[in-house]
Order: sequence, then C-alpha cells, then structure tokens
Amino acid sequence: MNWDPWIPVLVVASSLLPGLIIFGLAEQRVRLRTVLNLAGSVVKLALVAWMLWGVYNGHHYEARITLLPDLELVLRAGPLALLFVALSSLLWMVTTVYAIGYLEGSPHRGRFFGFFSLCVTATVGVALAGNLITFLLFYELLTLATYPLIVHRGTEVARRAGHTYLAYTIFGGVLLLLGTVWLYSLTGTLEFTPRGFMAGVDAAQRPALVIIFALLIAGLGVKAALVPLHGWLPQAMVAPAPVSALLHAVAVVKAGAFGIVRVVYDVFGVEFAAGLGVMAPLAVVAAFTVIYGSLRALYQDDLKRRLAFSTVSQVSYITLGVAIAGPIATIGGVVHLVHQGLMKITLFFCAGNLAETLGIHKVSEMNGVGRRMPWTMAAFTVGAFGMIGAPPVAGFISKWYLGQGALQAGQDWVVLVLAGSSLLNAAYFLPILHAAWFRAPPERWPEERDFGRKETAWALLLPPLLTAAIALGVGLLASLPFSPLAWAELIAAREFYLP
Amino acid sequence: MAALVESLPWAALLILLPLGGGLICFLLPGMARLLGLLTVFAAALSVVGLGWQLHTVGVYRHLPGGWGAPLGIEWHADGLSLLMLAATALVGIAVSVYATAYFERQQAVRFWPLWLLLLAALNALFLSADIFNLYVTLEMMGLASVALAALAGGGDALGSAMRYLLATLLGSLLYLLGVALLYHGFGSVDIATLAARLTPSPAVWAALGLITAGLALKTALFPLHFWLPPAHAAAPAPVSALLSALVVKASFYILLRLWLELFGDHAAGVDALLAVLGALAVLWGSVQALRQSRLKLLVAYSTVAQIGYLFLAFPLGMAAGVVAWNGMAFLVLSHALAKAAMFLSAGNLLRFGGHDRIADLDRVAQRLPLTTAAFAVAGVSIMGLPPSGGFIGKWLLLQAALAQGRWDLAAIMLLGGLLAAAYVFKVLGHAFTQAPVAHAPRAVPAGMEWTALLLALAALLLGFFAAPVLSLIGIGDAFGSPAVGS
Repeated sequence: MNWDPWIPVLVVASSLLPGLIIFGLAEQRVRLRTVLNLAGSVVKLALVAWMLWGVYNGHHYEARITLLPDLELVLRAGPLALLFVALSSLLWMVTTVYAIGYLEGSPHRGRFFGFFSLCVTATVGVALAGNLITFLLFYELLTLATYPLIVHRGTEVARRAGHTYLAYTIFGGVLLLLGTVWLYSLTGTLEFTPRGFMAGVDAAQRPALVIIFALLIAGLGVKAALVPLHGWLPQAMVAPAPVSALLHAVAVVKAGAFGIVRVVYDVFGVEFAAGLGVMAPLAVVAAFTVIYGSLRALYQDDLKRRLAFSTVSQVSYITLGVAIAGPIATIGGVVHLVHQGLMKITLFFCAGNLAETLGIHKVSEMNGVGRRMPWTMAAFTVGAFGMIGAPPVAGFISKWYLGQGALQAGQDWVVLVLAGSSLLNAAYFLPILHAAWFRAPPERWPEERDFGRKETAWALLLPPLLTAAIALGVGLLASLPFSPLAWAELIAAREFYLP
Repeated sequence: MAALVESLPWAALLILLPLGGGLICFLLPGMARLLGLLTVFAAALSVVGLGWQLHTVGVYRHLPGGWGAPLGIEWHADGLSLLMLAATALVGIAVSVYATAYFERQQAVRFWPLWLLLLAALNALFLSADIFNLYVTLEMMGLASVALAALAGGGDALGSAMRYLLATLLGSLLYLLGVALLYHGFGSVDIATLAARLTPSPAVWAALGLITAGLALKTALFPLHFWLPPAHAAAPAPVSALLSALVVKASFYILLRLWLELFGDHAAGVDALLAVLGALAVLWGSVQALRQSRLKLLVAYSTVAQIGYLFLAFPLGMAAGVVAWNGMAFLVLSHALAKAAMFLSAGNLLRFGGHDRIADLDRVAQRLPLTTAAFAVAGVSIMGLPPSGGFIGKWLLLQAALAQGRWDLAAIMLLGGLLAAAYVFKVLGHAFTQAPVAHAPRAVPAGMEWTALLLALAALLLGFFAAPVLSLIGIGDAFGSPAVGS
C-alpha cells in the first residue's frame, strides 16, 4: 500500500487530535496534557523531516477528498508548502515548551492548549492546502481558533481586542471568499498550479481579474497586516506572550503572507500578474507598510506594541519580495518567511520573560536589565540585530537577497526603502539594547519573582536561546543544503520560475 | 433482506407511527416519555428505510386504499421530500433526547402527545402530493405548534402563542382560499394534474398571490415575521428548536414545491419580489439579532435572517436551476441542525444561570464548555464559514449569483454573513468574559449538553458530505435536471 497520501493528512492530524483530546481532559491533568502536546509536535516534526527528504528527492505527497461534485479538498506537500510547515512545526514545539512554563499555575490551561493546537493545525493546513478552497477553509479555521486565545484572559479589554480582531479578519475572510467564488466562476478550477491557472481565461475578463486579485490580496492582507488593514495586530497584544509569539511569528501573519505568495505565484502566475499591472501597486503598498510600521514602532513605549509594529513592517518584506517579481527578490521574500519567524518569536519570548520575571512591560523600564537577565537579553540582542539586518544573523540574508533582487529587476527604489527601513529598525532597537546593557539598573524592578540562582525558569529561558541560536545558525550556514535559503532557492527553481 | 427494505411501506409508517404513538402517549401519560422516544427513533429508522428505497428503486408513489388522483390521496417522495424528512428525523431525535431531561413530569405529559402529533403532521406534509392534503397537514402542524409554544404557561408565553395562533390561522386561510380558486378553476387538487392543466389566467394569479402570501406569513418572511421572535423566544427550549428548525421550513417547503411544479412558469416578477423581501429579511433580522440583549431573542431573530437566505434562491433558481436550488436545500438542512443546536444550548444557558442576558453570561466558556462549544460550532454554520453545511449552501448560492451577474444578491449574502458573525461573537465574547455580577449556577444534565453539541457537529460535518447529500437530494430531479444548471 502506498502511504504517501496519508502523510500530509497525518501532519494535520498530529496537532488536531492532541488538541481535541486536550479539550476533553480535566484541567488538572497537566502531565498527560504536556505529554500529548510534546508527542504531537515530535510526531509532526518527524513527518515533516520525512517529507522534506522525499520532496528534495522529487517525491509527491498529495491527499484529496471530494467536497462538492467538481471541487475537492486537497492537501499537497510541495517545496513551498514544506517551508512553511517546517517552520510552524518547529516553532510549535518550542512555543509549547515556553507556554508550559509561562502559564504554570494560571487558570484555563486546558482550553488554552486545546485552541493552541487547533491554531497550529490550521496553520499547517494553510501551508499544505493544494487549492484555494482548502486554503480558505484553514484560513477561516485559523481566525476562529485564535479568537479564544486573544480573549483568553477574560477581561473587558481582552473582549474588545477580540472583537477588533474579528472585525478585521472576518471581513478579510469575506473578501477572500468573494474573490474565490468569482475566480471559480471564471476559471472553473482553484487548483494551485505552478505559474498560475489563468491560461484559459478570456482576455475580456482581465478587468475582472484585476478586481479579483485586489479582493484576494485585501483578504489576505488583513492577516498579513498590510497597511491600512493592520489595526488588529497591536491590539491583539493583550493576549498572553506565547500567543503573541505564535500570532506574530508563525500562525496568523504568516498565513496571510504565505497566501499572498500563493496567489501571486500559483493562482495568477507572476508573469501574468505583472502583465495585469497589479504587481507595482502591491509593491508600493508593501513598501509603504515596511516604512509605516517602522515609524510607528519608534513611538511605542510598550515593548510588545513596539514589537507588534515591527512585525507589521517586517512581514511586508515578504510581500515586497514577491511584488518585485524577480527570482532573486522572491527568494529573499520567501526565505524571510522563515527568518522573520525565528527572529520575531525570539523577541516575543524575551519580552514575555521580562514581563513574567521582572514585571517589565515598557521600554522605559528596561534600563540595566541586561545585568539582571543576561541570557534573555543576549537572545533579544541576536533577534534585534537580525531585524536590523546585521550580518551574520538571518535577517541580513533576507535583506541582501531583497536588495539584489530589486536591482536585478530594475526597481532601484526598493533599495532605498530597505535602507530606510534598516535605519528605522536600528533607531527603535538600538536604544533598547543600549539601555539594557549600558544603563544602570533601577533599585528595584516593577514586579520581581524569585527563581533562585537562575535568571528565570528553564522553560522560559531555553526557547528564546534555541530560536536565537537557530536564527544565527541559518544566517551563518545559509549556503548549506536544507538551510532555509537553499530551500527557498529550490522553491524558486521548481515552482516559480520553471526552466 | 434488501428486498424487504425495498418493499416495506416506509412512507405510511412515517405518518402512522407518530400518530399512533401520540395517541397512546396521551392515553398512557405514565409511559409518555419512553413511548415518545421509541416512536421518534422508529420514525427516524423509517426515514432511513425510505431513503434506501429511493436510492435503489427511485421516486416513491403510494395510493392509500388504491384510490389514485384525481379522487384519492396520493403520497409521493423524492429527494427533496427525503431531505426534509431527514432534517425532521435528525432534529427530532436530538430534541426528544433533550426533552427527556428538560421537562418536569407535569409538562412532559403534555409535550409528548403534541410533539408526536407535530411529527406526524410534518412527515405527512413532506409526503403529500396534492394541495388539499398539504392544507390539512399544514393546519395540523400549525395547531400542534401553537399548543407547544404555549406549553411554558405564564403571560409571556400565552400572549405570544395567541399572536402566533392568529398568524398561523390567517396564513392557512389565505392558502386555503388559493386552493379553492385552483380547484374551482381546474377541477383537481393533485399537483401533477394541476401542473398539466394550468393556463395563465387571473384565477391562477390570484391563487398564486394568496398561496404565496399565506405561506410567506407562516414562514415568517420579512415583513410578515412579527409573530416569530416572541413566540420562538418564549417557548421552552426544545419547542423553540422544533419551531425554528422545522416548522417554518415546512411551510417554506410547500411554497418551494408549488413554485417548482406549478407556479414557476406563471409568476414572472414575483420571484424578484420574494428575493427583495428575502434580502430585507437577511439585513433586518441580522441587525435586530445584533441589537438583542436576550439570548433567545437573538437566536430567534437570527432565524428571521436565515429564512431570508432561502428566498434569495428563487430568482437564481428560476433562471439557473440546480446550483441555486441545491444551495438553498443545503441551507435548509444545515440551518435546521444549527438553529436547533443554538436553541438547545440557549436552553442550557438559561437553566444554568437562571437568565439569558447576554452581557451576564459570565465565563460560561469555562463553566459550561460543551454548551458553549455547541453554540460556537452551530454559529460557524450560521455564519457560513467553512467547513460547514452553511458554507456549502452559501458557496453554491454565491456561485449561482455570480454566474448570473446578480451582484446585489451576492452582496446581501456576504453582508448577512458578516452580521451573523457579529451577533454570534457578541455572545461568544461574553461567554469568555467575567461578568460584573456573579450568579449561583444550576446544574445542567449531560444529555442536554451533548444533544446540542452533537446537532451542531452534524451541521459542521455536513460540509464534508456535500456530494453524497446532493446526490440524494437529486433523486427524482425535483430541481430539474442537472444539465440545465451547468
């Protein structure tokens, strides 16, 4: 029997089943819950590793079930899908460890981990979706599964933030649905195809296609936090730190950015989209978001909000790389999907550690914190330098490829955007680093908890150290096979720019 | 064995079992609960049998006593009837199990005979093939429903039940006038015979107007919905579920049937009017739902909105056929399941907290997780998010609307989805949030929580079984042949 079709299904099930079982467990079954979570993430990582090797060697993994007479749900593991799946699976495992430490002793943990697993399931489904309807299904599931995490604390503020989040994302979902149905009525298919499936469309439909493109991008842009659709993201900061880490580094914003990659390359095809004249506006919106997010980040004193606006800015690098519409820029954009995830999750873990250990929530409270929590701040420093784009951290690779790609595609203005953004990144990260390492600490911290000789709990300290090390590693070792960069090159060669 | 299944008179059982069961329940109140449950399960099995029969043999026709049209009564079942019967059976089972835990003995002895009478009326209605028989079943259903709605007693329930009674009687009266006109003009009440004889004439138009108006009133189509929210909100939870999920759908079914087989060719323009009213219903019902501060009223207004969607299908179906009608059929089924689940979970919340004020739900997500999950999952289908039956229905309707360039209808459907999300999450937001005032909760039996959840999950899973369900609905081509649609 051929097991290949089952592997993508199992990858989705490996977080869905633990999640469903966890919902059924009593609150105090902490150990069983932990075992389920970790077992699920280990199984998922193993399956993903297996598929990475298989896809590298030219295998296909595809599962289909009939949804409607002429429409199927498809899970397919291609190179691009696996990039995102691998990122999600790895960060799920790390974040689970972190969340176990972070939430120790707090109420409603069963519910939290249940929805957490559902989020990862939805993210992996978004990654593996083989056509637009499957993508839509998991994209909406992601909206629904993150809502309980945002309102987790049960306060009035959390409820409001949840409503803002839904107002944006449900509206985005409606736009996406409209674009999808419309596209289906024109093309009769929704199957992601290398170089798009627009070949058979009548030339008279080109204006309609432009509107459909705008609808799809707007629907995805909500989650990808493209300005002016980004308003939910800073507000969602009310959620617990592991959720912020997950929302910002992996699940939600990446699902949007990943969807944009899919729509440009596998629905429209980059040449066709360029021919429609929709790539230049997309590039402008992305570039504007890059600068705008950084500018807003400058003025935030709340650490998590500053990181949130930084996310707004950084995620748009992905869109920018795609919109430049050249092979090298695309590699830069796609690889940033992974790099930004690693760096941003590190930063959010560190922010969570500061809040949980010392009660620090604001940038202005961070004076001298490097002496009290050197390891946490070391990880933070790696992440911050990565965001600025300093070599050898991963962010440098992304920016290098983006800049090279822009020059190659003859879009020199993008280099200015990148340079400006890097300056701004430096302007909002370096003061933090300076304050943390070189200023004198205050006499007492806002709300210090005692962890004995350690600076904080192991479960809180190890995840950011690990992700920071990986962010450094993928930058240093970018030229080795199976590095994110090498994989992004493989994607570009196999899926985007066929010889 | 297979031959036996194919030859048993399942349709007759569907009517006679609940009718007899109801009588016995009335005579032996001590056994009402047990007998009632058994009857409902047996009737549900009969639906399975009938489905098998339809699947293997094809459209079912039966002439009780051997008297056929134009003199006798005729029973007729195709895919569309099966859909309605199946929805009735599924909701019926869940509500019955729920009711065993919900009702005190005193109310139970009144509930079971009435509910079984209602079940018999519904089943008979879905099997009828002539317009007079439809009238009889419609009236039976209306009376049973009104009595059920008044079951809770008290001023609120009696007042709204009285309003409901007047509305339902007026509706049936209008319908009966239409039937009389048709019988007078064409000498038959059999739908197939009438379809062959009908010629455009003022009598037909008058009958069309009367029948459509009467049935629209009973279906609570905007602006004739005034009776529905108070009646559905004041009834006991299992009754609300039956009324919202099944009873309004039954009068809609008659309207649909008559349009498909009789009026379709004679009613240019009226379908557009129905769609306009449907669109207004979607908007008005949703906005009203959003404005409610009581959970049961919110759910009831949501029914007004969801009924509107069904009417949007009329112009689309008249023009494009199968795709739009299939979407509508899916909405009928998934709304029946989801709305029943919502009312049952609202009943649970009411019992748990002793009130249904939305703002004071006070962390029920944690304290009553199964019920909250039931409400949320049902909400997914009501909003039309994937993967759910509601999504499939909306997808098909949208597809038909875009294929015909009906942007206005597409916009209404999408806007309705947004509004539905707003009112569903209004409830869920408070379900996660701590209320300023705490209430001492009352225990809710597990059976009541699970039936709500299972119904909601059924509405969700329906999304994954669209292809087989659509092929069952297609038996007998009630919506015309698929070739027309594509």
